[in-house]
Amino acid sequence: MSVATQHPPGREQLGTFSPEPQPLSLLINGEVRTALADPATTLVEFLRDALGLTGTKIGCDRGACSACTVWIDGEVAASCMTLALDVRERNITTIEGLSRAGELHPVQQAFIEHDALQCGFCTPGMVMSCAQLVNRNPDCTLDDVKTAISGHLCRCGTYPNIFKATLAAAAASRKGKTK
Amino acid sequence: MSADAFEQRSLPAGIVGDAVKQVTRNVPRGEPPAWPANAELQVVGKDVPRMDALDKVTGRARYTFDVQLPRMLYARTLNSTVPHARIKSIDTSRAEKSPGVRAVHVLERLLMIAELRDPGDEASEPYPIVRFTGQPIAAVAATSARAAEAALELIRVEYEPIPHVTEFEDAIQSSSPPVFPGPTEQRATAGGGGAAQGLPQKGNLRGPSTGGSRGEIERGFKEADVVVEGEYRTQVQTHTPLEPHGIVADWRDEELTIYASTQHVMSVRDEAAEIFKLPKEKIRAISDYTGGGFGAKYGVGNYGTLAIHLSRKAGAPVRLVLDRREEHVSVGNRPSTLQRLKIGAKRDGSLTAIELHSFGTGGVAAGAGVGMCHHSMYPCPNVSIEHYDVFTNAGPCAAFRGPGQTQGIFALEQAIDAVAARLGIDPIAMRDKIDTRDADDVRARAAERRIGAEKFGWSRRRAPGSDAGPIKRGIGMAQSMWPYIVNSYTTCEIRIAGDGTVDAFCGTQDIGTGTRTVFAQVVAEELGLRAEDVRVHVGDSRFPPGPPSGGSRVTSSLTPAARNAAHAAARDIASRVAPLLKAPADELIFKKGHIERRGDSKTSLGFAEALRRAGIETLVHRADRRDDYEGYARKAGELNISPHAIGGVQFAEVCVDTQTGAVKVERMLAVHDCGRPINPKLVESQILGGVVQGVSYALYEDRRLDAATGVQLNANIDQYKIVGSRETPQIEVHLIELIGAQSSTDARGVAEPANVATAAAIANAFFNATGKRIYTLPMTPANVLAALRAE
Repeated sequence: MSVATQHPPGREQLGTFSPEPQPLSLLINGEVRTALADPATTLVEFLRDALGLTGTKIGCDRGACSACTVWIDGEVAASCMTLALDVRERNITTIEGLSRAGELHPVQQAFIEHDALQCGFCTPGMVMSCAQLVNRNPDCTLDDVKTAISGHLCRCGTYPNIFKATLAAAAASRKGKTK
Repeated sequence: MSADAFEQRSLPAGIVGDAVKQVTRNVPRGEPPAWPANAELQVVGKDVPRMDALDKVTGRARYTFDVQLPRMLYARTLNSTVPHARIKSIDTSRAEKSPGVRAVHVLERLLMIAELRDPGDEASEPYPIVRFTGQPIAAVAATSARAAEAALELIRVEYEPIPHVTEFEDAIQSSSPPVFPGPTEQRATAGGGGAAQGLPQKGNLRGPSTGGSRGEIERGFKEADVVVEGEYRTQVQTHTPLEPHGIVADWRDEELTIYASTQHVMSVRDEAAEIFKLPKEKIRAISDYTGGGFGAKYGVGNYGTLAIHLSRKAGAPVRLVLDRREEHVSVGNRPSTLQRLKIGAKRDGSLTAIELHSFGTGGVAAGAGVGMCHHSMYPCPNVSIEHYDVFTNAGPCAAFRGPGQTQGIFALEQAIDAVAARLGIDPIAMRDKIDTRDADDVRARAAERRIGAEKFGWSRRRAPGSDAGPIKRGIGMAQSMWPYIVNSYTTCEIRIAGDGTVDAFCGTQDIGTGTRTVFAQVVAEELGLRAEDVRVHVGDSRFPPGPPSGGSRVTSSLTPAARNAAHAAARDIASRVAPLLKAPADELIFKKGHIERRGDSKTSLGFAEALRRAGIETLVHRADRRDDYEGYARKAGELNISPHAIGGVQFAEVCVDTQTGAVKVERMLAVHDCGRPINPKLVESQILGGVVQGVSYALYEDRRLDAATGVQLNANIDQYKIVGSRETPQIEVHLIELIGAQSSTDARGVAEPANVATAAAIANAFFNATGKRIYTLPMTPANVLAALRAE
């Protein structure tokens, strides 16, 4: 059996890893960040423990609460269910990288205005999913918002305000585009 | 306090826009003058955005979970794999030599659980008896979480099993294995807990407690025209905060620093002081942000005790954060209950007898009561209460949003609904008839029923079971009641620097309720500033003492102290600035960033400029929370309980699929009071959260244990079902402004009242939809189909 053909294209160039920690470089929020990681390291562990990017949370560590949501090449993903090694040469965006040059994403602004958070622990993940929805579909409906966060758990029960905030951000973003 | 410490004042009291009248109160001397209604205030009563929202939406907010210190070690806990056993031996020697391991500690004593009155043979046990699967035994600190986990595998525990019982129905049998071999007590620690002392105990039944009983119950039933009986069951609910319990302990010879995910930094400090026999001054507890608590996060707990021991042994900071399974199993839950409730009433609805025979199952902990509602909400001359705690080999209970009351109201408000149905009285008219104590919550609920009925379209309510097809819709309502609590020992400090910087300090914490924001608003109001001009400091045990974020008591305790300190600072500034403005100090007011003479906006100086020109360097003012102007009905420790309670009325519309047993809550209306709302937007958020959690409790949540092993079968988020976006109903909130004339801000809490009535409102809507009572929570298809089949 040929090992090489089982790898996705381009994988050969990425090299192989031993079980021991080795330097790993990932493209995070537009910067190449390098730290030691072993092959079992999840993306969220790499972000939090190796890089100190603690905005991304772990609520369940099994892909059930979505507190760990980040973007991989612009798509939402559970970083607790993603191995750090598997996202080499991918473009990772975390909550720390969502606002650019001090300007909040419209969803972040709307979360503040509509008080779409309480304890705030689920908030970074919620913001990442809602921001991705608004970017992808500024014409989103209430039903779309519910779908976008259907995998997220907010124990404080902020859902009604998250719905309002996301729809408001979508409206603001539509307005911004027609200007 | 002597009589001359008080003065009589005439103050407005009542519901703003409804019925405000002047009342006479004995007010402690020096209290600031009463505020007018919110509409006339500058900052208080306004929807000021949450002050820490920016930090939360950008990921900058630092939770205990995020604390990373140099040389910090990661700890993991070894938990029992059996439900009941003597530990014969524990061998940690291999774990200690495992790569990366820096310390191992075996727990000597367990917090949170009941203890034998007479330890007897257990006194000579080398280790605590294991009484539930998942009970913490030991912990390892290592250079990585993975190294700690690997070392746990190397610890050998030799168990000698003891027969166990996990199910309530089995535990109440006289033949059941006892969870404790003799009578127990559960003393409160600085971390909370505690149950009534000295109660009898037989097998696993501890009780009865009979508080609230009065009159002659038999006579009450004889006088009744109708008697309604029901057997209500509620499930075990786990708190499931999204941030698990966690502590980073940093033991140094000179000081112990504890970063804690907690509802009360002071309780973390005090419990650590008790356990480690340290002076409180040598301990500092810090909590910048806490990712949810809901009642279970007090003190250092067993996990925190382990973390502190490990930090001392390793000479390095140790982080111990529970994993999701541990969070479900070992740090608290809402007890399950069985409530046999019998109510007698006369034809006109007036109550003649309330008899409650109840059981609550808090696992290995006592204190599983069903609240005070049955005997205190509605006047009734004959009341008989008998409550038993039932021990099982399961994780200990802890306070959970509306502890006892949420379970109790589920039964009581359905029973009242049932009485109304039997008598052919409208459920709202029934409450109008019986909800008649002389108290603020009663007056509030009267207004709330009226407003709610109008807004919800109550007049469209049809006869029970009106829909002909298999899908049935209905509406219902239920009432809330929660004590209005004021915490003793609440002090605020205001520091004003010569450049106009204002800092406000209190050793309370903001766990997501908006404490920082309301604190700033109250201070800003007195100083004529914007809320964002006030830098608020909470979450540090070095600050002046502050209340726990539990019992809906922070806003009621904190804001009067904050206002009084800010008021004293303002009067101090006025006296120093008066000569500059050539106006009497008592005519100077603070408004929109200026200090000016009342009615003369030309005689004015900017706040910072006035301080500079008056040569002020730093002003510091401290004030305590004074007692309520009408005093308290009773005091329990640091809790002062007002004769007035907090009300609330909730309405629900449900849809029941009678073929599948699926229940959907389509719409909720929550009408609430919380004294003076300091920030209506944040109050609304609290109420939304209370309702969402209430829907989740009513429909889904249910901790399930395997009876053979005591293992929780759904100790995770995917199988322990909690309301998500798809199940969130449309929720409308309406808030009334109630001025109680009790304190300098008249604010009260709302977190718990917002939660306690929800399940009952849904259950009453279920009855209206189907014509059948749902006596068992949660309303899963199995429980619903059983209810629909019942005669």
